[in-house]
Amino acid sequence: MTHNFTVSPDFNPGHISGWYIFNTWLQRAINEEIHLELYNSAKEQRKAIADDQVELIYANPYDATALVRDKGFIPVARADNKADEAIIAVNHESPILNVEQLTDGTRISSTDDPDVRMMCMIMLEPAGLNKSNTITIQRDAYILIAKDLLKNDADIGFFLEETYNELSDITKKQLRPIVHSQIHVIHHLLLVGPKLAHKKNDMQSSLLSMADDSKGAGVLKSLNFERWVAVEQEEAEFMIDLMDTLAE
Amino acid sequence: MKDMMPDDISGEYQEHMFNYHDGTQRKALFTNIETQLPEGSLIVSRTDLRGIITDVNQSFIDMSAYHKDELIGQPHYILRHPDMPAAAFGDLWKTVQQRNKWYGYVKNLRKDGGFYWVYATVIANVRNGDITGFTSVRRKTSRTKINEAETYYQTL
Repeated sequence: MTHNFTVSPDFNPGHISGWYIFNTWLQRAINEEIHLELYNSAKEQRKAIADDQVELIYANPYDATALVRDKGFIPVARADNKADEAIIAVNHESPILNVEQLTDGTRISSTDDPDVRMMCMIMLEPAGLNKSNTITIQRDAYILIAKDLLKNDADIGFFLEETYNELSDITKKQLRPIVHSQIHVIHHLLLVGPKLAHKKNDMQSSLLSMADDSKGAGVLKSLNFERWVAVEQEEAEFMIDLMDTLAE
Repeated sequence: MKDMMPDDISGEYQEHMFNYHDGTQRKALFTNIETQLPEGSLIVSRTDLRGIITDVNQSFIDMSAYHKDELIGQPHYILRHPDMPAAAFGDLWKTVQQRNKWYGYVKNLRKDGGFYWVYATVIANVRNGDITGFTSVRRKTSRTKINEAETYYQTL
């Protein structure tokens, strides 16, 4: 039986091959057939989840909430030293130096990644900005947000910090972050669904020792991960509580 | 809980004696010095069922000016500022016990006697159908909202 694995669509496209390499490694490590299916948008991925087509997922914190609470997924691991943080950036020539200088009618370029959008909207609150007094331009990829800023088609752009940091140097030189989130406790999680839950312990022990052999270390490098660390149920529940607290 | 100590206070201060709902007392020392929550910073804490702090993040430590080991095991009201009327928190416990989200604008007291304003949200942590504790997240808010809250609290 083949199990379906997917990755939150907010990952850097430069790591697509890394996820395929990881999938090959994981199949060998736990002796299960796993098919990697990557979706183009959070919406498409959420439909697959709703249709029970996903049994293993590297999920963003927002989706992890529904997966754990509603679909019975259990946490396996997260990447070490990779807290999910968000950045709001402007064109480097923009007169805006901080959030409180933003005004009603601000044009926001954003993907549909719900966790990044939520974190960034919270960071706009000191300026009194919210959904009702801003204009959102939705894009499918972070590079398109950068383009909106470069062409002055948007005043600010919402980025996952990791993705922003991996933009090309030429692009980053033309942008300027005005605020970084400092939450520290929100992470993407590798979650396993009920049909593959019997492999959780095997998977977790394989992942935790992955950095110790050269093959595993190479796979981690292709994902830009240092190592995996275990996540137990209570840690995931805490993060979910936090996301619930922040949700509107 | 120990009284606040003059040696910890920065600047001129006033005194206020708190009589808490649990029968304990504390002398609080407070100044007019405001510290701004840095943009992007979220203050996160967890308490047990009695409101005793069980976990805090770095932003909580930085803004409260306490060390982590001075916070863990203390009641969350260690941050209560004398300008916050009890009525402002009146429905907090009732709301979260009913498993609803509580939110409000809060002026918190720092160890050094200063203060900071936040927009606070609190939810119950439900595990296997039972409430096991509470999570609170506090974030920066606009000066307009702070002014509105200050004016309202003076009427309570």
